[in-house]
Amino acid sequence: MASLLQLDRITKSFGAARALRGVSFTLEPGEVHALLGENGAGKSTLIKVITGAHTPDGGTMEVGGEAVAHLTPARARALGIASIYQQPALFPDLSVAENIALRLEKTSPAHLVRWRERRSRAAELLHRIGADIDADKEVRALSMPEQQLVEIACALGSGARIVIMDEPTASLTQKEQHLLFAVVRELRANGVGVIYISHRLEEIFALADRVTVLRDGESVGTNRVDALNETALIRMMVGREISAIYPPSESAPGEVVLRLRGVGCAASGVHGIDLEVRTGEVVGLAGLVGAGRTELARILFGITPSDAGEIQLGEPWRPTLRRRPDPAEDASTLPEQRPPGPLRPVAIRCPREAISLGIAYVPEDRRRHGVILEMPLAANTTMAIHPQLFPGAWLGLGAERRLTRDFIRALAVKTSGPDAPGGSLSGGNQQKVVLARWLATKPKLLILDEPTQGVDVGAKGEIHKIIRRLAKEGLAVLLISSDLPEILGMSDRIAVLRGGTIVAELPANADAHDVMAAALGQTGKEAA
Amino acid sequence: MGRYSRELTVAAVLGILLVALAIFAPNFFEPQPLLSRLASQMPALVAAIGMTCVLLSRQIDISIGAQFGWCAVIAGVLAAAKLPLVVVLGGALGAGAAMGALNGALVAWLGLPSIVVTLATMVTGQEALRLWQQGRLLDLPTGLQWLGFGQTAGQLLLIGFALVLVALAAWALRRVAAGRFIYAVGSDAEAARLAGIEPRRVTFGVFVFMGLLVGVAAVMNVVQSPQVQPTCGDGLELKVIAAVVVGGVAVTGGRGRLWGVVPSLLLLASVNPALTHFHVQAYWEKAIQGAVILLAVLADSWSRRKIVSV
Repeated sequence: MASLLQLDRITKSFGAARALRGVSFTLEPGEVHALLGENGAGKSTLIKVITGAHTPDGGTMEVGGEAVAHLTPARARALGIASIYQQPALFPDLSVAENIALRLEKTSPAHLVRWRERRSRAAELLHRIGADIDADKEVRALSMPEQQLVEIACALGSGARIVIMDEPTASLTQKEQHLLFAVVRELRANGVGVIYISHRLEEIFALADRVTVLRDGESVGTNRVDALNETALIRMMVGREISAIYPPSESAPGEVVLRLRGVGCAASGVHGIDLEVRTGEVVGLAGLVGAGRTELARILFGITPSDAGEIQLGEPWRPTLRRRPDPAEDASTLPEQRPPGPLRPVAIRCPREAISLGIAYVPEDRRRHGVILEMPLAANTTMAIHPQLFPGAWLGLGAERRLTRDFIRALAVKTSGPDAPGGSLSGGNQQKVVLARWLATKPKLLILDEPTQGVDVGAKGEIHKIIRRLAKEGLAVLLISSDLPEILGMSDRIAVLRGGTIVAELPANADAHDVMAAALGQTGKEAA
Repeated sequence: MGRYSRELTVAAVLGILLVALAIFAPNFFEPQPLLSRLASQMPALVAAIGMTCVLLSRQIDISIGAQFGWCAVIAGVLAAAKLPLVVVLGGALGAGAAMGALNGALVAWLGLPSIVVTLATMVTGQEALRLWQQGRLLDLPTGLQWLGFGQTAGQLLLIGFALVLVALAAWALRRVAAGRFIYAVGSDAEAARLAGIEPRRVTFGVFVFMGLLVGVAAVMNVVQSPQVQPTCGDGLELKVIAAVVVGGVAVTGGRGRLWGVVPSLLLLASVNPALTHFHVQAYWEKAIQGAVILLAVLADSWSRRKIVSV
């Protein structure tokens, strides 16, 4: 039987940048083929070539054994190529049934809408993938994972033969992930070819038949997944051996920086939080999406202020003005830590108050709430410290650039310099810039919300090392992550949340099953 | 070219127009009419400083024409009452700031869309002024015109003053933290908020600043003639917004610089006299201005697409 999809030596350049340098790729019917690579390796470009969004400069493409030239997005869809993006592209004001109909119906403007048919088809498709979603609901009211399921229903309904999934589990809970995996397996059983992109290696091992690794626009190789292990796969991706995935903890926790007693916020469904965080300690917040981890972070940062309990912090932080750090101590432009004073109760009513109390928050949604894509790195870096860096109201652009350069060096940000716009960086490097912005405030407590989501493996490891270094220098870190190995590997202590409160506190060497069991509210070992 | 390509392009188009005029219609450059025409554009230039900030912060203010009328009439009434110049100036600036504060409060704290808010205040302001003045022209005391400097000196003074204001504002947008805040809020209000900037305060401040500058502009207009027309601000908002957009400020906020406003305002303002000198019917003016604006927006979207696809 002919391959579903066969790409032969595809090349694509953008100006001087060669995004694809002759990539070959095949997809067989009934196969889940994982596509791996660091950010910037060429995955998105390859996907865009397959979906017709980009026209390749060279190479050939065959769909179902027939050569295809001049592929357009509409033609790709007609050929049965469907893609499900991380951010679903649905119409928020229309109902689920209407959204599905818009994708599937080929209508002339005068066509009469058969509402009953639309609804029943939507309900049937949703049922087939096991999604419990009301077809009459407005998409606006759905959660991100539910919207993804609607996208999958569309793909299924259009009779797609090739389904592309780009990090589909990024925002899913464990349960929804299992649901998704079941859907993917069903697609495979029906002879559909699935191209699966994910940064989570365990998913690839759980789901994929073959894996192709891209690096710098070239295919490093295609292998059967059962012939590989994690180390081999990571080595293929980064081209170098990463000895230990998670750097070991080197810090000894000191005094308590933050103490929460019965903290809650009715509006965000968080209640009765008791937690202590010490200097030099990484406390992992585990739990499913919606368990209250991000909500707790937003309380601590004053975005949704607490309305119950007491938050205690060490002595208010006083910025020390250092114009030019000694170039010799280059890595130590990271904040100098001073021992915190005695704890006292504080009210945190807005982000600005949180910042002045020495709290920093790297938000989950890097693109929407983190780096400002239009602004240069320098402005992005100093955004939270204008009053300190520029006490005289006007900006010392020289000082700003120096500070930014120091951070670029200290955090190994890959960029052309402080004037490069934020949008020119890859995901991992954008995350480092957000980190720099917050480290520039010299915080006592750093809250990281999904710091490595959508970040390639190489940058992920670097961010982990940075977190370790910060903890070693005495920073208290609250780490929120849906990536269980990351929580287990990075935390000195793990607090598990479920239903808006902390249900378990586990030591660093906790068992993954215990964490999952607590997060799922089970007591036995059969969780996860 | 690079970073300043937009400013340079607009300036180049203006340059070509001026050269063409120099060759085919040298009358255009007779000093006194030219100076008058230039001076008459200075109020709009000052208002464009404020509009640049408003657009950069991802808002819009279409009520500035009405504000301008009010400020001018108030300045005229105060001047007619023989009050000192400081009071006249203070009255106009105060009125402008108050109207800007009203817009700003509605937009920033009630979260209403600025286009609707300022549409409402524009219509209300215009009609209220018409009701009050009934179309009367206000006669001004003789000492007020050109502030007593004589026409040429007064015109040079106005032009110099406006250019100094533009220079100061351009510097401040780049070098004062508040300017950075405007860009940050216009690019991404939520990210700015998480960085400790208060978007609502910035938005409010931008509208108040806009109103203040309209007050300044109104006084600059009043001193150019012996009478105040209550309708003197009609259409100002479109002229100013057009100049700012052609000057390279994105209506989607966060991108653009102030400098481009100077050549772009002069370019748009030169269309009409240029047509007269080329003996083309003046009816073409608006069509040509429209085409210039369309070209500018096209250039924006084209350059952005280039950035995104790389």
